[in-house]
Amino acid sequence: MPVPHHPPRLAVALDAPQDPPRPDAAHYTALARLAERGTLDFVTLGDRFGGPGPDALAVLARIAPATARIGLVPTVTTTHTEPFHVSTAVATLDWVSRGRAGWTVEVSTTEAEAALVGLPQVLGFARTGRDPHPAAPSAEVWSEAGEVAEVAGLLWDSWEDDAEIRDRATGRFVDRDRLHHVDFTGRTFSVRGPSIVPRPPQGRPVTVVDATGDTGGPDGGPSPFGGSPEAGGAARLEVAAARADVALVRAEDPQTAGAARAALRERARAHGRDPGALLVLASLPVELESAADAAGLADLLGDWYAQGAADGFHLRPADPARDLSRIVEGTVPLLRERGLLRRSYEGTTLRAHLGLPRPASIYALAREVS
Amino acid sequence: MGTDPRPRKQIHLAAHFPGVNNTTVWADDRSGSQIDFASFEHLARTAERGLFDFFFLAEGLRLREHKGRIHDLDVLGRPESLTVLNALAAVTERLGLAGTVSATFNEPYELARRFASLDHLSGGRAAWNVVTTSDAFTGENFRRGGYLDRADRYTRAAEFLATARELWDSGADGGVPHRVEHRGPHFTVRGEFALPRSPQGHPVVIQAGDSAEGREFAASAADVIFTRHSGQEAGRAFYADVKRRLPAYGRRPADLKIMPGVTFVLGDTAAEAQEAAVEIRRRQVSPQTALLTLEQVWGVDLSSYDPDGPLPEIDPDPDGELARGRVRIADPQAVADKWRALSRAKGLSIRETVIEATGRQSFVGTPASVAHEMDAFVQSDAADGFILVPHLTPGGLDPFVERVVPLLQERGVFRTEYTGTTLRSHLGLPEPARPARKD
Ligand SMILES: Cc1cc2nc3c(=O)[nH]c(=O)nc-3n(C[C@H](O)[C@H](O)[C@H](O)COP(=O)(O)O)c2cc1C
Repeated sequence: MPVPHHPPRLAVALDAPQDPPRPDAAHYTALARLAERGTLDFVTLGDRFGGPGPDALAVLARIAPATARIGLVPTVTTTHTEPFHVSTAVATLDWVSRGRAGWTVEVSTTEAEAALVGLPQVLGFARTGRDPHPAAPSAEVWSEAGEVAEVAGLLWDSWEDDAEIRDRATGRFVDRDRLHHVDFTGRTFSVRGPSIVPRPPQGRPVTVVDATGDTGGPDGGPSPFGGSPEAGGAARLEVAAARADVALVRAEDPQTAGAARAALRERARAHGRDPGALLVLASLPVELESAADAAGLADLLGDWYAQGAADGFHLRPADPARDLSRIVEGTVPLLRERGLLRRSYEGTTLRAHLGLPRPASIYALAREVS
Repeated sequence: MGTDPRPRKQIHLAAHFPGVNNTTVWADDRSGSQIDFASFEHLARTAERGLFDFFFLAEGLRLREHKGRIHDLDVLGRPESLTVLNALAAVTERLGLAGTVSATFNEPYELARRFASLDHLSGGRAAWNVVTTSDAFTGENFRRGGYLDRADRYTRAAEFLATARELWDSGADGGVPHRVEHRGPHFTVRGEFALPRSPQGHPVVIQAGDSAEGREFAASAADVIFTRHSGQEAGRAFYADVKRRLPAYGRRPADLKIMPGVTFVLGDTAAEAQEAAVEIRRRQVSPQTALLTLEQVWGVDLSSYDPDGPLPEIDPDPDGELARGRVRIADPQAVADKWRALSRAKGLSIRETVIEATGRQSFVGTPASVAHEMDAFVQSDAADGFILVPHLTPGGLDPFVERVVPLLQERGVFRTEYTGTTLRSHLGLPEPARPARKD
């Protein structure tokens, strides 16, 4: 397999797998600055509806002004939240970070999470669609997550880039022909639009989908890349193929990762997408006890990349503070020597780091065509 | 004043990021972006330099429409409140950070967690302005759709806030969260809130909404009221009415601060300030805005009228629904009659009438006269302080901080340094007691 032109993308998780995230801004600021010193593409911070710990998007917004270049990608859940709020929060993260935002789409399938929300009949509201209570099966909430990602994209596009005109002669602040009702009707919700937030700096913040979930297969089931994928896993993969800019796959060897990448790109093509627009990162747990481990990691990443296993890597340190400093001090210099990592950031946005173009608003495109 | 036995009240000040209405004069060379983070940072840093209690963001969950099209004359487009406030926590140290978030289009668990996160990440500076978005128009952006009647909106808001407080109180101590079992007409919430209690105990709660239901809700549960009653007389009546409601809830007058939203115009002389105020009003009410304002009252298309000509003789359509996303005018005929009388008596054009009838500049004068007036307002119990709404983004607050704040400090009615680190301490509010555990 030919080696791609762009060096491997490199991201790191800030959450420790063992401990719940803590409401400690200084802790996450220090980690993100470290990752930025290593010129990584982005950091992720996990979350789930119902905690524990602080809201991941809040944490990354809190540290945005204390960093300058690193991409910021919180997990945002879509099952018990309002799609409109999800879209405006992610767009706002892009505004406050000046174009460095992404989000990892996640769902909630447990009864415990459903029990935190509302009740079946809600006074006075004209309810539409599925009730968020009780818990729904994984396949259902993943298909809904796909719709949330779709409507988020439409809302981000609903203000064309040049909608704000400030035309003193006519007294018009915006050109309302460049603002659009999205009029989205999905299976479980509808949104009229337009967004209340102007189009964010990246046009569309980067959408990340963990295509395999955190237990090998979704919901503790078998990995969808081995054996027969169960329903929820297949729906998760479809969302990654149809909606993600970046898909994460958890795989133990380069062959499995490479097969997953090929499968995702094939599915993306089936959705009418350019498969090159979907970056597949191998998501790897790392535990670096020594400097030798850090060097070994550089070898492993170089080796996997040479084999075409992935477009890059998402590292999940066992102990973020320790492992991240080993990565930045030990692994990063070796990757740079081998031409596998930038020495300094050339761009300022997450899309620029990833080599992804800034998309045009679909409404602006439609106007050009008509 | 010298014989007044009471100590002089300290003035509370907050800064409102100019919102999406015609207070903001965007057609001015000094007008910057309403959406770039730099604008929020500038205004927040100015407010902190001025030792303000808090910075305030409004919320609107749907772009307003007029005659079925998006309203295009005023500033529009704004960020999601909590995300901006979290980012502002990184560039300020003491300033309170207040976000308006609707209790109608959110759920208690999620919002309690988001506000507790802000309170932790800012070191105890969070405030929530609990509003009850009133229209089905806004509901079209949400899963639940629709809307609630006023009575239901406030019962939902009250139960929403009570549920959030149960969750905040249940926070994990020493790693062990307590289970919450809330059952009410609006919500059933069962589970654990796995965040430690936040630095202020509970974020500060602000209420904005003037109806009897709104006032009662504020008296029972809010720490601050954001009101539009900014005149001396109306202010005193509102103040007395709200404070009178407190004892029924076992609360003292000092437990609820009343802060009207006010504008200001400063000049080196009174005449200069007056002149500037007139000019600002003309810019706020362009010919297009004047006609649109009239159409909102009349409920009919008036685009054929000349903004510099006389008011229409036709009567308003009481069922006319040209404007969406605004609070509806209760009695359009009465407003129209009043405006026509004003126009006839003073010989005013449409635009001049709108300027005169909708004028709401609160403090116009020299820095000294504004400081004096504000102080008199607070000492006479028309308010406990003010939420300042500048007409320029983001530099509109700078002259106030540079010229008026020092005079308030000289009068001994405004702090000369922050003495606490939390918003509750700036406002002189006690930390809510942690309820005794049932388990
Ligand atoms: C000073 C003031 C500021 C307000 N700000 C907002 C706001 O930012 N967002 C919002 O949705 N509603 C806002 N409201 C609307 C109120 O929450 C409420 O919906 C409205 O006043 C109608 O309620 P009422 O019948 O109690 O007056 C504000 C109201 C007042 C008085």
